[in-house]
Amino acid sequence: MKNDLKTASQSELEQLSGGDMLVRSLQAEGVEYVFGYPGGAVLHIYDALFRQEVIKHFLVRHEQAATHMADGYARATGRPGVVLVTSGPGATNAITGIATAYMDSIPMVVISGQVQSHLIGTDSFQETDMVGISRPIVKHSFLVKRAVDIPATIKKAFYLANSGRPGPVVVDIPKDITNPADLHPFEYPDEVSIRSYNPVTRGHSGQIKKAVTMLLGAERPVIYSGGGVIQGEGAGLLTALVKRLGYPITSTLMGLGAFPSTDPQFLGMLGMHGTVEANNAMHHCDVLLAVGARFDDRVTNTISKFCPYAKIVHIDVDPTSISKNVAVDVPIVGPVISVLTEMLGLIDLETKAQGEHNAKHLADWWAQIEGWRGQECLAYESNTSVIKPQQAVQAVYQATGGGAYVSSDVGQHQMFAALYYPFDWPRQWINSGGLGTMGFGLPAAMGVQVAFPDAQVVCITGEGSIQMNIQELSTCRQYELPVKIINLNNGALGMVRQWQDMQYEGRHSHSYMDSLPDFKALAEAYGHVGIKITKPEELLPGLEAAFALKDQLVFVDIEVDPNEHVYPMHVAPNGSMRDMWLKKGIRT
Amino acid sequence: MRRIISILLENEAGALSRVIGLFAQRNYNIESLTVAPTDDVSLSRLTLTTSASDVEVEQITKQLNKLIEVVKLADLTDGEHVERELMLLKVKASGAQRAEVKRVADIFRGQIIDVTASTYAIQLSGTTEKLDAFINALSESVVLEVVRTGVTGLSRGEKVLAL
Repeated sequence: MKNDLKTASQSELEQLSGGDMLVRSLQAEGVEYVFGYPGGAVLHIYDALFRQEVIKHFLVRHEQAATHMADGYARATGRPGVVLVTSGPGATNAITGIATAYMDSIPMVVISGQVQSHLIGTDSFQETDMVGISRPIVKHSFLVKRAVDIPATIKKAFYLANSGRPGPVVVDIPKDITNPADLHPFEYPDEVSIRSYNPVTRGHSGQIKKAVTMLLGAERPVIYSGGGVIQGEGAGLLTALVKRLGYPITSTLMGLGAFPSTDPQFLGMLGMHGTVEANNAMHHCDVLLAVGARFDDRVTNTISKFCPYAKIVHIDVDPTSISKNVAVDVPIVGPVISVLTEMLGLIDLETKAQGEHNAKHLADWWAQIEGWRGQECLAYESNTSVIKPQQAVQAVYQATGGGAYVSSDVGQHQMFAALYYPFDWPRQWINSGGLGTMGFGLPAAMGVQVAFPDAQVVCITGEGSIQMNIQELSTCRQYELPVKIINLNNGALGMVRQWQDMQYEGRHSHSYMDSLPDFKALAEAYGHVGIKITKPEELLPGLEAAFALKDQLVFVDIEVDPNEHVYPMHVAPNGSMRDMWLKKGIRT
Repeated sequence: MRRIISILLENEAGALSRVIGLFAQRNYNIESLTVAPTDDVSLSRLTLTTSASDVEVEQITKQLNKLIEVVKLADLTDGEHVERELMLLKVKASGAQRAEVKRVADIFRGQIIDVTASTYAIQLSGTTEKLDAFINALSESVVLEVVRTGVTGLSRGEKVLAL
């Protein structure tokens, strides 16, 4: 009887194929854009996409770019990026982009086609074990075995990707599951619950109280903020906290923009290429508040010498981040919004009761910090004959009025962008911090431009990185994405070369890029505008001309000093955070 | 230090590979592993032993808990527990050895579960140390084949690992 009723109600539901169910499920999730590349195993899905108008698909030129586009979209909006690729090479080409998103906790749903169910395991054409290959670099993955499971699986995939500590989720779908000839009742679930997955919704109140007491009693406090603050939408609250306390704040590469970089309380980035004031403040602090940061090796330098005088409070939504690299005194597991809200409330209560008792210490601490800041570690020598890469980034800042979304690739130009373009709002700075993926910058910028068609989007890159996904210039042409590419062209793999200068007695083993293309002509060949800048006096006018072309992609190829190094730079191995190279041959 | 970690895992395809993959990926070791469905068919119970410091084991259990298909877990070595491992051995049993092997098996409360003119199959359960001791008590030339299940266990007393 029960079964009869169920059949009756199911028969009233719309009958759809697996392919249509998938597309309707994505629509139900509010997906606007899918980034992908078709192939045999996903042809049914592509046909379903063709027969609807809600979701817009962007055809890339290489699947890696699809994942980076989705990633850029997700970083700029906070909404999951969606990728659609075929089986085999389509899936494996997506791997680098999935790993990039995984390392930086970016919400992403990757739908990969799989060979037909009966062919799985037979080494059939374009078969690869996508669930197996992607396993170490996903938050979770699914192999869909029945068409009727598609709606619930998609619901779960989005929920997992975008809750707790976000991350990429792979949904692998065999071709037969999306067969248009097989119809099934379609119903998209309103809710989802996974019994083994319950992300924390608030921090432990006792721990928060302890942390507030510790913070208010600090004599030399520092706040160290990371990408989690941006991912957790906690930038506003963090700024309120920093302002309320009057404490100095530094940020990881991933956290830039959560607190305005132009604010005097901001000490600049910390870590391997951090500022003298940020790294010294970290080293000498007595209370460290880490928010949404994970004590990465690019931050800490030698772990045993990290923050030797500090009691450490660590807020993170992921319990595995706590005491993974550095043992902390007050761990708080919880979402940054709820924890910081509770902290701000307690700080008001406590200070009302006790008054501000550390004003004198704080003034002394700031005086010490101003001393470090006075060293002007980011100063560099410019001249009239050659453009310095730092100068180029500063000119981009000037030409964009500081208001652009900036993506970068990986290497020297990435550090120059992070240090010389002050980011004032969260999600403004889009870069692959964890995996360090060359080739990320252009497609990520394209994803940002898709999300915000009217925004100024800049990709700061180098002639090495840009060539890793340069084929996407074609995608930009097809969809009229007016990204501005700033190519800091030093004719060498700059960061590799810098390490070879510093650690290998200048033996530049395979770090010279011979036979570079004429980037201006290349951009023009793709139907874009190319500009080449070689002289310092051409820099600002050239950039202003480029940014004035609002509706066009402009490739600005800037010849920069090939001998420039990124400074400061941590002394390694065995250095502490305050041990830095300040210039060639000069260290702290 | 040796740890026994006991996990309730969704009884789904691929769940086991995530647990094993995590150990490989993060450079933890697995010394033994045993897994089978429980009375609730939607769940498997997986027991593994590993050697790790307190800091490492905290990270291992947190990482395991983060896997979506891990429902619940306990470090049995955190408290009092009972543990057992099952071993089957095939041994030579001919001539004077035949009586000697049976005598040693009796001392260890092993059971002979298969007999041929020249071999015995012996079943023995107990702690890992007991099974090791039994193998050591037999002369090396006697042992033809050893198969062990790996450790499984329960907490003592009222404490249970269940939904």
